[in-house]
Amino acid sequence: MQEKLQCSFCSTALSFPLQTATRFLTHSLQDLQQPAVSSKVFIQRDYSSGTICKFQTKFPSELESRIDKQQFEETIQTLNNLYAEAEKLGGKSYLEGCLACLTAYTIFLCMETHYEKVLKKIARYIKDQNEKIYAPRGLLLTDPIERGLRVVEITIFEDRSIGSGR
Amino acid sequence: MITRKVRKWEKLPGKNTFCCDGRVMMARQKGVFYLTLFLITGTCALFFAFECPYLAVSLSPAIPVFAVLLFLFVMAMLLRTSFSDPGVLPRALPEEATFIEMEIEAANGNVPAGQRPPPRIRNVQINNQIVKLKYCYTCKIFRPPRASHCSICDNCVDRFDHHCPWVGNCVGKRNYRYFYLFTLSLSLLTIYIFTFDIVHVVMREYPDTPLASHRLNVLEVLVCFFTLWSVVGLTGFHTYLISLNQTTNEDIKGSWSGKNRGQNPYSHKNIIKNCCEVLCGPTYPSVLDRRGLLQEDTPIPSSNPVPQTTKTTAPLIPNEHTPDDAKPSIAASAEKSSSPKEEHPAATKVPPLASPETDAETSIAKERAH
Repeated sequence: MQEKLQCSFCSTALSFPLQTATRFLTHSLQDLQQPAVSSKVFIQRDYSSGTICKFQTKFPSELESRIDKQQFEETIQTLNNLYAEAEKLGGKSYLEGCLACLTAYTIFLCMETHYEKVLKKIARYIKDQNEKIYAPRGLLLTDPIERGLRVVEITIFEDRSIGSGR
Repeated sequence: MITRKVRKWEKLPGKNTFCCDGRVMMARQKGVFYLTLFLITGTCALFFAFECPYLAVSLSPAIPVFAVLLFLFVMAMLLRTSFSDPGVLPRALPEEATFIEMEIEAANGNVPAGQRPPPRIRNVQINNQIVKLKYCYTCKIFRPPRASHCSICDNCVDRFDHHCPWVGNCVGKRNYRYFYLFTLSLSLLTIYIFTFDIVHVVMREYPDTPLASHRLNVLEVLVCFFTLWSVVGLTGFHTYLISLNQTTNEDIKGSWSGKNRGQNPYSHKNIIKNCCEVLCGPTYPSVLDRRGLLQEDTPIPSSNPVPQTTKTTAPLIPNEHTPDDAKPSIAASAEKSSSPKEEHPAATKVPPLASPETDAETSIAKERAH
């Protein structure tokens, strides 16, 4: 039943200990592989406040079995607040704009814009949320910037890892 | 199977040309842009060569210095407008497109056979004004408010103003202020050169001037005169639009003019605040990741017929299976679509997608391949 394992390079049969080790490793690697994607949910933009970047906080039904409504709303609300901070019209943004204009916008070759700084903050926040809250529940948040700031994509993975006690 | 890394810009749909490994993004037709460059640099070169020496000596050396600064600013703004991403919205990936289609199907309910399904529109209320969001059949998204699809570049652009052939690019959210500053500074430069040409003509004594430079002087005056009317007019028009926080597109369509249409929900009702938002607001980043890396799996030509997994480690290449996406067809929802990646039979059934012409194309192509 057990086929003889051969070395890929020189085609000699592997010794028994090596065969056992190889079979063990292959089996373990299969366990470590990504679970299959069950479905994806897309949280759409909320345009009720105009063209600013804001996502709907409505809780999608597909996530009901996976995560608390409150937790989800808190994540989306924090994201909305971060985007609002990035797009805020105020003294600071006007000053940045005017200064940049005076240098014919060459200053952006060496300096990061306020928006870009907040985007980095958002990326860190999403990574943090994924690690702490979403990954243990078999979910994955995708940074909206990778989808053109159109949607927050939530990937729902198959539930098989929860049964095996990981 | 050969796996190679490509930059994302190489796989972007749309009719843009990219230069400098994705750093520069322009429209396909660049002829008029080269003309703009030639006119500006040519006229300025003549001015610096023939007028400035005289003006620097007889009036002030500050005159050519200021002209140089203004010229550099004009060029910087022009290049910035032409080479930057106007605010292109990336197309929906297949899963997102499917999700939206399912939502639309659910909203429409059962459409009797033979009847056209209702047009794909979403209504949102912004500042007590109902705004209709239209569905883009090419990009497979509901366009955000103020976005529009540019048929020349084949992209949806956020806060679409217009496609300007003079700068060889669309003018949208990200480069509108550079475009405005370009027209404004070009107006100033044109007025400046025109004024000093006249001054030079008035002050200089003719018997001393060689005939050639006299003709060039006339040429400069002519170019400046015609440019003046068009560019100054354009600057005035855009100043008006900025004060009202409107785009050229909205103005042409008459979205917010007239009693029946309603008021502009994006305006702050304050000219200064509108101007500040448009010109000094935050600089939006590009959401098109042009220089990101993508893994591309290309099959080796002489491989054995083992089913290849077409999974890529990076997000799916957008619009890979709809390369020649057809024009929007409202009645197109009855046909079943076949995914071209048939080597990897999908577990989820794909609901009918719009534009059946593509599906016919892929199925014919598959038949030919076998």
